[in-house]
Amino acid sequence: MNALKLIVLLPLVGFLVNGLIGNRLGKRAVSIIGCGLPLISFAITVALFIQLGASGQPRIEAAYTWAAFGTTTFDIAFYFDRLSAVMTLIVTGVGTLIHIYSIGYMKDDDSYARFFAYLNMFLFFMLMLVLGRSLLVMFVGWEGVGLASYLLIGFWFQDPVNAKAGKKAFITNRVGDAGFLLGIFLLYHALGTLEMDRINAAFLAGPVAVSASLVGICLFIGATGKSAQIPLHVWLPDAMAGPTPVSALIHAATMVTAGVYMIARLNGIYLNAPAASQLVAAIGVATAFFAATIAIAQTDIKKVLAYSTISQLGFMFVALGVGAYGVAVFHLMTHAFFKACLFLGAGSVIHALSGEQDIRKMGGLRKRIPITYWTFLVATAAIAGIPPLAGFWSKDEILWFAFASGSGGSFLVFGIAALTALLTAFYMFRLFWLVFLGPSRMDPDVEHHVHESPITMTGVLVVLAGLSAVGGFISIPHFLEPLLPLPAVQPALKSFQMPLVALSVALGLLGLAGAWYFYGGPAGRTKAIKARFGGLYRLLAGKYFIDEAYEFFLGRPLHWISDHVFLRIGDRALFDGTLHGLAGLARGSAGVLSRVQTGNLHLYALLVLIGSFLCLVWSWAHG
Amino acid sequence: MAARREPIAVDKVQLLLSLAVAMFALGLVGVIVRRNVLVMLMCMELMLNGVNLSLVTFAQQLGSTVGAVLVFLIFVVATAEIAIAIPIVLLLVRRKRTLDLDAYSDLKG
Repeated sequence: MNALKLIVLLPLVGFLVNGLIGNRLGKRAVSIIGCGLPLISFAITVALFIQLGASGQPRIEAAYTWAAFGTTTFDIAFYFDRLSAVMTLIVTGVGTLIHIYSIGYMKDDDSYARFFAYLNMFLFFMLMLVLGRSLLVMFVGWEGVGLASYLLIGFWFQDPVNAKAGKKAFITNRVGDAGFLLGIFLLYHALGTLEMDRINAAFLAGPVAVSASLVGICLFIGATGKSAQIPLHVWLPDAMAGPTPVSALIHAATMVTAGVYMIARLNGIYLNAPAASQLVAAIGVATAFFAATIAIAQTDIKKVLAYSTISQLGFMFVALGVGAYGVAVFHLMTHAFFKACLFLGAGSVIHALSGEQDIRKMGGLRKRIPITYWTFLVATAAIAGIPPLAGFWSKDEILWFAFASGSGGSFLVFGIAALTALLTAFYMFRLFWLVFLGPSRMDPDVEHHVHESPITMTGVLVVLAGLSAVGGFISIPHFLEPLLPLPAVQPALKSFQMPLVALSVALGLLGLAGAWYFYGGPAGRTKAIKARFGGLYRLLAGKYFIDEAYEFFLGRPLHWISDHVFLRIGDRALFDGTLHGLAGLARGSAGVLSRVQTGNLHLYALLVLIGSFLCLVWSWAHG
Repeated sequence: MAARREPIAVDKVQLLLSLAVAMFALGLVGVIVRRNVLVMLMCMELMLNGVNLSLVTFAQQLGSTVGAVLVFLIFVVATAEIAIAIPIVLLLVRRKRTLDLDAYSDLKG
């Protein structure tokens, strides 16, 4: 049986066909190949998922042996259990939807085939990451999605800003990948295998030759890079330079959740590493809070959503840190639904406004693009945690375990997370209000052209809005419980569950009310608060000036060292000096020796004569 | 009456070899001394034929026909060589309008 291989390889076929001969095929054929193959992958996944539900046994398919050293072999194998099944469904399902959306969104782009080729390449690597049995395969996918992300962020590379954003994402991820690799090396050194099911079993069985916390922290550094957590979160907002479907697929729904998946997959390590888990929870909650505060003051529709993504990923890491791995995957799934819907809705808005992304120049779009409006509303309510939409269920579970989990839950983590939930509701409804409600602030010539998007786009929005609405009723934590048991709840806190649900609802509604008060009312209210907290506002709008700080503390010293030490001393003086010296020596000696070459044939003949004469004499003398 | 000189017994082989050496030396001196390209070519042929002469002489001394056959082969090769060398000289002359070899010192380093 090769079903898993087929799931992985079909997008690769799409990449090769569209990448090599896509320009000659025409847009219609490119769309059919680009969307059809991921759709087949999705169908196979569904079939396997049903089969898995019946048998419950993980499905393992070995593709081939990549390398063999003595008795050790490195196999390329795929592993399909409940966790990777859920992830594969999300990746292929949401991925296919976003492919279909791209038909409408990219239809006027000159590089249509290149876009679909890259998207398919991304899916291929993402499926490698998700389905790989060993960390080796996962790492190949991990790097591959990074490459696809780089190529797609800089998709419109004619503008240097986009190319620069791509480079920033790629280089920032390198920092994290170094940690990830170190973790992999430590694991291989200690256990002699990279297969993740065996690693988990080894850690759960008893003490191993390496500190679980050390490995856990190394791997988490990798996750902070890929999943945009503090301190490596800086690349994700800039990554919005890519086309909007890319932001939805890679930088919201799938790739950035790779870190969450990796930690959930290697839960055996983290269950034995309380210190690493605490670090995960602390970084997660800090990221969630800081990103949410930044999102309040952003004016670019996609930047708001980008910071929201960072914040929601922080929530997932909180769940991982307190041991509720299934809940993290649950939030990962609901987040994939509503954030993809939000990004694609934003794409529809940008499409309608001929490329305008500044929310200060929007407003009053409710009647003009009604389908986008309604789907955006559902997704906004879902992320804000309004029951009974998807985000409510998953976020509520995270808050509950942050509060009551026996392994790392604390009031501090819960308090910050709850505050973040309030901020989330506020900034999302702020965005919603500024874009769709209130008076129009559009440029007149933009307003003239406002139009609803084609059916390939709105249809996808409707499907995703539906999933955002009902996705919370799929009880992922329960489904994953045989694989990822939920942490024990502190007995003293059991009675708080219902009040916490009520609090969670209240927070969502409070955020809604706050946004209504500031953005539904007269414009003077926001101006007054901006004037009153001018310093804070500038700090938030400037994203805490983290980019500037990195530039000052890392960028400039590095530049100085590169310029003064490596370039001037190392490169110019040492390497160039040596080479120029050698070249000068060769040239000088050549100048001396070249005088022998007179070009005079008579002289040559005479020299040959003398030479042969001497040879004769010599041979005679030694005869 | 003057005494009749005794005829000097000169070996035929020695005579022929001396002639061959003379031809070779004459050609060599010509190649080194003369500047006219065509004359130099002729001198080279002279050297070659000096060597040929020595070859047939030795062949006859040894009673072998192989050497004689070899000489005919060398004649053919020499003809072909001259057939190429003369056009090269013509091309050179067309370029610089002179047969003086000193004009062709372009390979001077």
